[in-house]
Amino acid sequence: MSRRMRSILEVTGIYLVIGAMAVIIFYPLAWAIGLSFSAGTSLYSTSIFPKEPTLEHYRWLFTSPDSNYLTWYRNTLYVSTLNSLLSVIFTSMTAYALSRFDFVGRRSGMYAFLLLQMFPVMMAMVALYIFLNLIGLLNTLIGLVLIYVGGQIPFNAWLVKGYMDTISRELDDAAKIDGAGPIRLFIRILLPLIMPILAIVALTNFMLPIFDFILPSIILHDKSKYTLAVGLYQFVNERYSSNFTVFAAGAILIAVPIAAVYLFLQKYLISGLAAGGTKG
Amino acid sequence: MDIHIERAVRHGAHKPWLAVTLSVLFAGLGQLYNRSYIKGIVLILLELAFIITFRDFIGLGLWGIATLGTIPRVDHSIFLLVYGLLSLIMLAIAALIYILNIRDARVQAERIASGWQRPKLRESMKQAYMASFPYLLSVPGFIMLIFVVIFPLMFAISLAFTNYDLYHSPPRHLVDWVGFDNFVNLVTVPIWNQSFLSVLSWTLVWTVVSTTLQIALGLFLAVLVNDRRVRFKRLIRTILILPWAVPSFVTIMIFSALFNDQFGAINRTILSALRIAPIPWLTDPLYTKIALISIQVWLGFPFLFALFTGVLQSTSQDVYEAADVDGASRWQKFRHITLPHVLFATAPLLIIQYTSNFNNFNIIYLFNGGGPAVRGQTAGGTDILISWVYKLTFTTNNYNMAAAISLIIGLIVIAFAFFQFRRTRSFREERDQ
Repeated sequence: MSRRMRSILEVTGIYLVIGAMAVIIFYPLAWAIGLSFSAGTSLYSTSIFPKEPTLEHYRWLFTSPDSNYLTWYRNTLYVSTLNSLLSVIFTSMTAYALSRFDFVGRRSGMYAFLLLQMFPVMMAMVALYIFLNLIGLLNTLIGLVLIYVGGQIPFNAWLVKGYMDTISRELDDAAKIDGAGPIRLFIRILLPLIMPILAIVALTNFMLPIFDFILPSIILHDKSKYTLAVGLYQFVNERYSSNFTVFAAGAILIAVPIAAVYLFLQKYLISGLAAGGTKG
Repeated sequence: MDIHIERAVRHGAHKPWLAVTLSVLFAGLGQLYNRSYIKGIVLILLELAFIITFRDFIGLGLWGIATLGTIPRVDHSIFLLVYGLLSLIMLAIAALIYILNIRDARVQAERIASGWQRPKLRESMKQAYMASFPYLLSVPGFIMLIFVVIFPLMFAISLAFTNYDLYHSPPRHLVDWVGFDNFVNLVTVPIWNQSFLSVLSWTLVWTVVSTTLQIALGLFLAVLVNDRRVRFKRLIRTILILPWAVPSFVTIMIFSALFNDQFGAINRTILSALRIAPIPWLTDPLYTKIALISIQVWLGFPFLFALFTGVLQSTSQDVYEAADVDGASRWQKFRHITLPHVLFATAPLLIIQYTSNFNNFNIIYLFNGGGPAVRGQTAGGTDILISWVYKLTFTTNNYNMAAAISLIIGLIVIAFAFFQFRRTRSFREERDQ
């Protein structure tokens, strides 16, 4: 009997801990959601459940002539899509070369780039700023995409190469005997098999421009060129207390679709992480 | 048989050393001597084009990087430095192609000397295509890497050895090479070494405490939820993963409003309900640090929770049953079975957690801009190395010091990562095993 009591007490304790964590997790999020529906701009009068909920801030984002929200959303989607697409193309090409061919400098090159990548990027940004200025791509979304694509190659090429290495070479040999050239071998045989890892590359590179804030804030100057992260940050910083409710509304419209995608994909992310991270 | 020997003797007249010498003199000449006319002409044209197109630029660049300009207002030192670095990169690429050209001339000439028959044009084109295919694949990525990773790195390293700051900023003034002065100043000049020491120690405390706490919380919750008596596991996991799913720049800014001294809900709602006086979250360095660590734990534990859950789910139950038979207590089972297994399996990712928190710019900058400011220091009270570098670069324009500090951070992180990567299997050659 005492043993059953102990077990019940323990389970209750576990639920209490989980309940406390749930409160800690939900409180800030609920506060922001409440804020976005509160009337007025004052932060003083806010509570999680506003007395007179209103959609005025959401309406402002989409209809006010002062609002650049839709432009920022479009810019972000443009950068994200292009980055995701180009990253997959360049990464899979590089990974194919690294995984299937022997050539001079293959291994040491891979090593070197991964380590160099760890260098803190602040100073690099000054250099990239001057370089983009030199080739006339400063303050353009294309310039931003090029830097993202180039910067992601080492890590992702390493990831995809690792995945490709697990695919048997006998498959290659069989295809070669059937007369397939290297391009056809890649597109017909390998590409379908590495789709899962390419999906992860595509997803992370789609998300990166949505989260990233430093690089676009240095490269993009015009309000009409901002991505969401930079735009919303500058917007709040202009007039902190009076813009925060609108910021909350704008932030929620970004957070909800992203959170939905993550929670939808959580199973794959977790198993992919566990497989990739623990194999090493 | 006779024909073979005859041919070898006839071709013995072909001298590899002559091919090499010719190729050294001008790319493609050796190939012409080897009677590879197409290859030879292409190489000659390439070298001519390179010389004609880039001669002036490279000349200017090399002069620029050596002197950093001589006349203020006319020579822009930083642009000259950039031209110089780009020239060096182009020269390195050209040298690489040149070396390949010489090697090709020698190999080809040796083959001819030992009586090799030139295949038909079509056949040799195909061979060339196959041999160069991996390069064709990796060249686009490689070029982007050079300009996005290597070139900025060279620039940053160069700046660390110049005096480029507010008082030496082009076009009005020239920048000069100063050797190791910046590093010496960082250690000896009071305003620098005090900032450096306090920032470095807080960076280390921040990295160790916040990362360890988020790992501990993630593991604790993963073990709790994994208990077989707990129900609604899917729902609970979804809730606990939520902070990971929300974009972090959004959450950090929400937190910075929540912690705001005047109107933040933490002071106004929670603490006042508990009858505690408002706490200066954003103006007192100690409280800002506590807030930052709490927020980072909030942001970071879900990822680790997910990771540990994945590992725990794939752990075999046999060991635990054996331990039960031996009468092991729950703590003993956790201490001797779960903990070593989980930590061992996830070690590389845990190390990446530490390095990424070491360079976690976003949370420091977005929460309170590294503030509150500290009198007599160039860094704010909660600045970590990376956010201090940002301030030095974009606020006070101490580019030289920022570069020197970046170099130090880079070496620490790279050394750390290097030892880690050496231990992971992905880096060993699969075919060697």
